[in-house]
Amino acid sequence: MNRDDFPILETGIIYFDNGATTMKPKCVVDKVVEYYTEYTSNAHRGDYDTSLRVDKEYESVRTKVKNLINAARDEEIVFTKGTTESLNTIVFGYMQKILKKNDEVLISKSEHASNVLPWMILKEKIGIEVKYVDLDENYAVTVENVKRAITDKTKVISLAHVTNVIGDIRDIVEIGKIAKENNILFVVDAAQSIGHVKIDVQKANIDFLGFSAHKMLGPTGIGVLYGKYELLNETDTLEYGGGMNAFFESDCSYELKEVPWKFEAGTQNIAGVIGMGRAIDYILKIGLDKIHEHELELKKYAVSELKKVPNIKIYNENTDSGIIAFNIDKVFSQDTAIFLNRFNICVRSGNHCAKILKDEIGITNTCRASFYVYNTKEEVDKLIEALKRQDEVYDNIV
Amino acid sequence: MDEKLKRDIILEHYQNPFHKGLSDNPEYITVNSRNASCVDNINVSVLIDDGVIIDARFDGDACAICTSATSVMAKTLIGKTLDEAKVIVENFENMINEKEYDSSVLEELNVYDTVYRQPNRKTCALLPFRAIRDIMNKNENK
Ligand SMILES: Cc1ncc(COP(=O)(O)O)c(C=O)c1O
Repeated sequence: MNRDDFPILETGIIYFDNGATTMKPKCVVDKVVEYYTEYTSNAHRGDYDTSLRVDKEYESVRTKVKNLINAARDEEIVFTKGTTESLNTIVFGYMQKILKKNDEVLISKSEHASNVLPWMILKEKIGIEVKYVDLDENYAVTVENVKRAITDKTKVISLAHVTNVIGDIRDIVEIGKIAKENNILFVVDAAQSIGHVKIDVQKANIDFLGFSAHKMLGPTGIGVLYGKYELLNETDTLEYGGGMNAFFESDCSYELKEVPWKFEAGTQNIAGVIGMGRAIDYILKIGLDKIHEHELELKKYAVSELKKVPNIKIYNENTDSGIIAFNIDKVFSQDTAIFLNRFNICVRSGNHCAKILKDEIGITNTCRASFYVYNTKEEVDKLIEALKRQDEVYDNIV
Repeated sequence: MDEKLKRDIILEHYQNPFHKGLSDNPEYITVNSRNASCVDNINVSVLIDDGVIIDARFDGDACAICTSATSVMAKTLIGKTLDEAKVIVENFENMINEKEYDSSVLEELNVYDTVYRQPNRKTCALLPFRAIRDIMNKNENK
């Protein structure tokens, strides 16, 4: 799909590491370059044409994001440097204030570090409990298991919408409903789902959500924190400085700006915001349903072809996203990845920052192939051909 | 050294590592070593007596280069004095980092003399040597 829009693909690279970051279409790069070459200025600060243009472009992206995730209002969209900053702001700007000792936060063992470590640190700071939803036989989180894990101490459920190793899609609408019924806050890490599947924060009753633009064809260093307006109002910013204050005086009185601007301290990643806006346009033009369908078709094809290759173990055959975790029997994942690199095929090896998933799948390392719009069956065929030559894995080891 | 011979030695040490499995003797000094990309993860364990490396063992989960390098290192260091071991470690690190080194002290470790060509493998080969450095430091401060 749309391969011509991605100049980098002309190099012949077979890029299957979309879970880590995605390629950028030319229109996104052009949009960023346009800002730097035609109207570089700061935002919210100027009285001249280029600065006004920056303000307009910058704020228009808030509306685009609002529409993408169906937030109730523009002010619920905060620009951050990515999922990690968003989740940290949620945990240390809000949860730290309202949670108490022994309150339980429910996560899973397949979460990414950025949805685990902040909670562990909060446990250290104020004594919350971190609990894990049991994974089912496909290493997925089911609604049933979420229900079962809830106790009268559960105050927060914080889950990835799609996980980055197993790629299971959590039923966030159902989980959101259960959270609401039980008066539990619902936090969603949308890093792997944004730009892949539809998200409706109102329908799923999501209280907070975070994502990164670079995993949805946008620039690095920019992302979004979504929060319900009244919750963001109660959330502290983790940074103070220019652009986010209404006034301050020598007697130490001060007032911060309103939500969302109180979170955007200092000069923002303007080029990033503008580039992210273009990426959203691009994705919506293709259509999220079509993107998801394409990924699923590639995954199904890849799984059926991989099964014909001897000695391949697939860990997540039955999940509905474009992510495949696999190993060649008795070959360390990194050795496989380095071997595939000889064929110009990029897959990621390791634990993919999901370091406690090993408790569940019994193995610390996998190779991960993750697909996106521009990947093709022909590329999958090349992966299969390379894996069929697994006897040669160590031929070029030195 | 012939490329094929090098590869065979490396694969032999990967598939049948020397002294894999730790001892429960508390006299051993054991350290864990991981690389930043969080893939290789090894424990290296050494018994030192009167300035001599009596035994070296390891366990863990690591790629072919890291596992085999740990294995070859263990085999090479047993019986060496700490001073000799230091010279070996330094020369091995220099070899991997493309600095001048003395191949005559490296014995079988010379099979890694072209690893520098693969930047993504350098940390794998160096990992056990970082561990042995830690162990020697710990031993000095004992
Ligand atoms: C599920 C998940 N959550 C969070 C993140 C963190 O995203 P970022 O590094 O862009 O902050 C990632 C990225 O790998 C991810 O896959």
